[in-house]
Amino acid sequence: MRLLNFQKPERSVWSPLEQLLTLREEVHRLFESPLNDGQRTTEFFDGWTPAVDLYEDKENLFVKVELPGLKKEEIEVSVHDGTLSISGERKAAESDSSSQTFRSERFFGRFHRALALPKPVAVDNIKASYKDGILTVTLPKTEEAKPKQIEINVS
Amino acid sequence: MTRQLHFLYMVTNTNQSGASKQNGRTTEYSSPTVDLSESKDAYLLEAEMPGVNREGLEVLLENNELTIVGHRQPENINAELLYRESKPRDFRRVFLLDPSIDTKRISAQIDQGVLKLNLPKAERVKPRKIEVAD
Repeated sequence: MRLLNFQKPERSVWSPLEQLLTLREEVHRLFESPLNDGQRTTEFFDGWTPAVDLYEDKENLFVKVELPGLKKEEIEVSVHDGTLSISGERKAAESDSSSQTFRSERFFGRFHRALALPKPVAVDNIKASYKDGILTVTLPKTEEAKPKQIEINVS
Repeated sequence: MTRQLHFLYMVTNTNQSGASKQNGRTTEYSSPTVDLSESKDAYLLEAEMPGVNREGLEVLLENNELTIVGHRQPENINAELLYRESKPRDFRRVFLLDPSIDTKRISAQIDQGVLKLNLPKAERVKPRKIEVAD
């Protein structure tokens, strides 16, 4: 038997109003931050949504994804029509009959994040590296997307 | 039933994304998510701490209290942040260990942001056949 995504045990005193307040908070949070913030287990998003950060400098876009405990073969990165797609699968640990799981907070299974890129990128020069459980994708911007200084002619 | 109670004693979340006071300053930490399993000889604890490698990892044991602290590697991207979902906090979590764990033989290893702690059970606790004398 495997414990899936063990929720925190309920407190022993049940306060009905508190449940309503929590529900209100949850709904509020649903609209405030449409994307799951990795750590919390909410009832609205089940499944694994790893946290994603997006950076930009003059030359590149950078996307960082927190994906601890994977091998690089288990991660797929692709770009299509200005959308970056990151997906993969973490296999659940083989459960030999001798070992028993007490608590399972980590996610396993498939994950998928898609990000609309704010600037066009040169698809052939995209690089990705995976270190310390963080995937970093470097997407060089196309020439047209880079900022350009325009000479002013005064005559 | 006793198994469940035993487990509850063994692992207590004394710090759910807790703060700790040190030198008068309060540091906010995130609580790493943890998988806990048991085999015949030991308990295995796996904690997710993306961005942490051997350099930034501290595992402290005091009496029966096990503290894991993960300091993230400093951000290496010098660019403008457009959108952030990750939390830039370091990780910390404290566990209360069952006395049946042989604390001298605890071992730790970290790979791709996942800390694996092996907590061996003390010899006397393992199931043992007792020979019956004639």
